[in-house]
Amino acid sequence: MHWTHKDLLDVCDLSTGDVERIFETADSFMEINRRQVKKVPTLKGKSVVLFFAEPSTRTKTSFDVAAKRLSADTFSLAKSGSSLSKGESLKDTAWTLQAMNPDAIVLRDSRSGAARFIAERLDCSVLNAGDGWHAHPTQALLDAFTLRRAWGGEFAGRTVTILGDIAHSRVARSNVNLLTRLGATVRVCGPRTLLPPRLDTWPVTVCHDLGSGLDGADAVMCLRLQLERQQDGLLPSLREYAQTWGLSRRALRKAKAGAKVLHPGPINRGVEIASDLADDPDSLILDQVASGVAVRMALLFLFLTRKD
Amino acid sequence: MSNAEFIVKGARWRGESVDVLVAQGRILELRPSGNYMDPGAQKIPAGGALLLPALTDCHVHLREPGFEYKEDIVSGLGAAAQGGFANIMCMANTRPVNDEAAVTEMMLEKARRAWKNGPRLFPVAALTRGLAGAELAELAELRRAGCVAASNDGLPVRNSELFRRAVEYAADAGLIVIDHCEDPDMAPGAGVNEGEVSSRLGLKGQPVAAEAMQVARDILLAEYLGLPIHIAHVSCRQAVELLAWAKGRGVPVTAETCPHYLLLTDEAVENYSTAAKVSPPLRTLDDVLAVRQALREGVIDILVTDHAPHAAHEKEVPFAEAPNGISGLDTALALTMRMVDEGILDLDTALRAWCWRPAEIFGLPACTFKRDDPADFVLYDPGAPWELTPERMRSKGKNTPFMGQTLPGRVNALFVGGVRIV
Repeated sequence: MHWTHKDLLDVCDLSTGDVERIFETADSFMEINRRQVKKVPTLKGKSVVLFFAEPSTRTKTSFDVAAKRLSADTFSLAKSGSSLSKGESLKDTAWTLQAMNPDAIVLRDSRSGAARFIAERLDCSVLNAGDGWHAHPTQALLDAFTLRRAWGGEFAGRTVTILGDIAHSRVARSNVNLLTRLGATVRVCGPRTLLPPRLDTWPVTVCHDLGSGLDGADAVMCLRLQLERQQDGLLPSLREYAQTWGLSRRALRKAKAGAKVLHPGPINRGVEIASDLADDPDSLILDQVASGVAVRMALLFLFLTRKD
Repeated sequence: MSNAEFIVKGARWRGESVDVLVAQGRILELRPSGNYMDPGAQKIPAGGALLLPALTDCHVHLREPGFEYKEDIVSGLGAAAQGGFANIMCMANTRPVNDEAAVTEMMLEKARRAWKNGPRLFPVAALTRGLAGAELAELAELRRAGCVAASNDGLPVRNSELFRRAVEYAADAGLIVIDHCEDPDMAPGAGVNEGEVSSRLGLKGQPVAAEAMQVARDILLAEYLGLPIHIAHVSCRQAVELLAWAKGRGVPVTAETCPHYLLLTDEAVENYSTAAKVSPPLRTLDDVLAVRQALREGVIDILVTDHAPHAAHEKEVPFAEAPNGISGLDTALALTMRMVDEGILDLDTALRAWCWRPAEIFGLPACTFKRDDPADFVLYDPGAPWELTPERMRSKGKNTPFMGQTLPGRVNALFVGGVRIV
C-alpha cells in the first residue's frame, strides 16, 4: 500500500495502521544502523532541507544522519543564518525554499502551528520537528518505538507517567496522543503551574504529587524543564523543583520494579532527573537516540517515496 | 398636504407596509402605505424591503492617521455606509494617538471632506497621553474638538488610582469612559481563550478571569464614584454575571458585545486560524449562550463591531504573531439579521442594541421614526443572500472568519440626514 500523507504535522494525523507501518519500517532500518557500512542508496537524488528556526542538537542531527544514511542530500538552515533573522515573514521564507524545489522540509519552530502554516503553502512534504508547545510527532514516534522494543511490542496494560512541565511541552502533547492510542494508560504529573488548562479533556489521569504519579508505573518519561520557568513565576526555585518533582532512585521505587526511564533530552542533570538514574541500565535515554535515527529514516523513506 | 421632500413607499416596518415621509433631513411621518396625495414629493419605491433605523457603531478602528494601509477614514466610512451605519465612533489607537485636539480635528475634517452627508464620525479620545497609562490626556479640549467618549482602548489602565481619576475627570469634561477589560498581566492579547482548545493547540490562552476581574474593578469604581463606565466587548459568562449584579444594584455601568461573540466559539481558531484571533478571545459555547441571553435581557446594552481591519500579510503569519481583530463593518447587519432569522435575537432587541441604546448612552442622533427624528434609515433586502468575498467588502481589511459564508441579505439603501448615500 502506498504512503499517501504529504506532511507529518502531528501524530493525530496518522492512523494506528500508519504508526505500525512506521514502526515496521524503522525495525528494518535499525538493522542498517548496526552494519559496518551504514549507507544505502534508497533516497539518492532526493533533497531535504533541515530548517531549524530554534536551537536543536538531537533532532537536527538525527534527521541529518537519517537522511544521509539513505543517501539523500541535506541542506541546513538556521534562523540566525536565514532571512527570518532579518525580519522576513515565515511565508516568504517558505516560498523561497519552495523555489529551490526540495523534496521535504524538516521544520523546527518556536511558534505553535508553524509547521501547519508552512505545509498549507508548500507542495513538498513538511515534517514537523517540533512547533512551539504544540506537537513533536517524531519524538513521540521514537519514544513509542523505544518502549515497544523494550516491552516486546505490547502497550495494553502498561502505564506511562509523563513527569514535569506538561503545559509547555510539545513532547507531552504528542506522546499523550500516541501512547493512549496504542493502548497504554497515561498519567501526567507535575506542579499545577506547569499543567495546561482543561486536562479533563485529555485522555490522561492527572497526579498532583510525585508519589501517586509514579505509583505502579511501567515507564516514567521525564520532560526537560526550561530553566526560565523560574523567571516566569511558575516555580520558586530549581532546587525546590528538583527536591519535589525530580525523579530520583528513591522516588522511582514507587514505580514497578524495572520501570523504564525516558527523557527526550537535553537533560538538566540533577533537576528533572538524578544524574545516576539517567545513566542506569533501566534508562532508555540512549536507546531513544538510536531509535530516533531509525524512526526518522523510516519517515523520510515513507514521505519521500510517497505516491499522491 | 405633508410638505414631504421625498417619500419612501412600501417599506416593511414591524410587519406592516409603510411610507416614510422626509423633509429637511428629518422624519415627517411614518404612515401606513397608501395612495396619499403628496404633490412635489419624490417617490422612492422600497419594493417591500425591510425598513430599519440606521445603525450606530460605538467601537470602530479606522486606522488613520498612521496605518492607512489597513484602513483609512474614507474606506472605513465606505464600509460603514455599505453596512448600514449612520454613526460610528472611532478609537484612539492611531499614530499619532488621538490624544490631542489636532488629531481629532484632522479626523473630522477628513470625514467631512470624503463623506459630506455621512456616515457621521465621532472620535473617541485617548484616556491617557499616548495610551501609555501614565498621565491623563487633555480630555476637556478633546471634548471641545469633537470627541464623544474616552478610552485607553486595547491598553487598559493598570493603575486603578489613575483610572479612577480618569473616570472623574472625563465625567467633568462630558465624556464617558469606555474600558477594554483585560487584566494587563494575564496573557494580554493572547487571542485565544484559555481552555480545551488552547491546551490542545499548545497556545498560551487568556483565562476569562482576566476579563472578569477588570469588569469587577470597573463596577466597584462606578458604584463608588456614582459615575458611568462603559464596558467594551464583553465575551464571557463571568463578566455578564457581574454586570447583571451591578445593574441590579443600580450601578451606572453599560456594556457592549460584538456579533462574533454571539456567533463563534474558540473552536473557530482550530487549525490556527488567525482570522478568528480577537481580543478578548472567542470563548466557549457556555459563554456565547450567556452573552446572547445578556443582550436579550438588556444586561448588555449595545452591539458594536470592534471593526479591526488588518492587511492580509499581517494575518498570514503563525497564530502567536498575528494581530487581533476582525473586520466587521461590512457584515454586521447581515450577521445580525442571520441571528434574527435563527431566533437568537428578536428584531427589537437587535434594533435597540444597534440603534437606540447607543444613542442614549453616548448622546448621538438616532431615528425612531417619530416626527423630527433624523432621517437615518436603511432599506434592507432580506431576500438577497450574498457570498462574502474580499471583493464585496468595502473595508480594506478582509480579515473575517465569516469569509466565504453566505449572508442572508443586504443593504439596498442607506439614508443619513435624509440624504441617500447608498
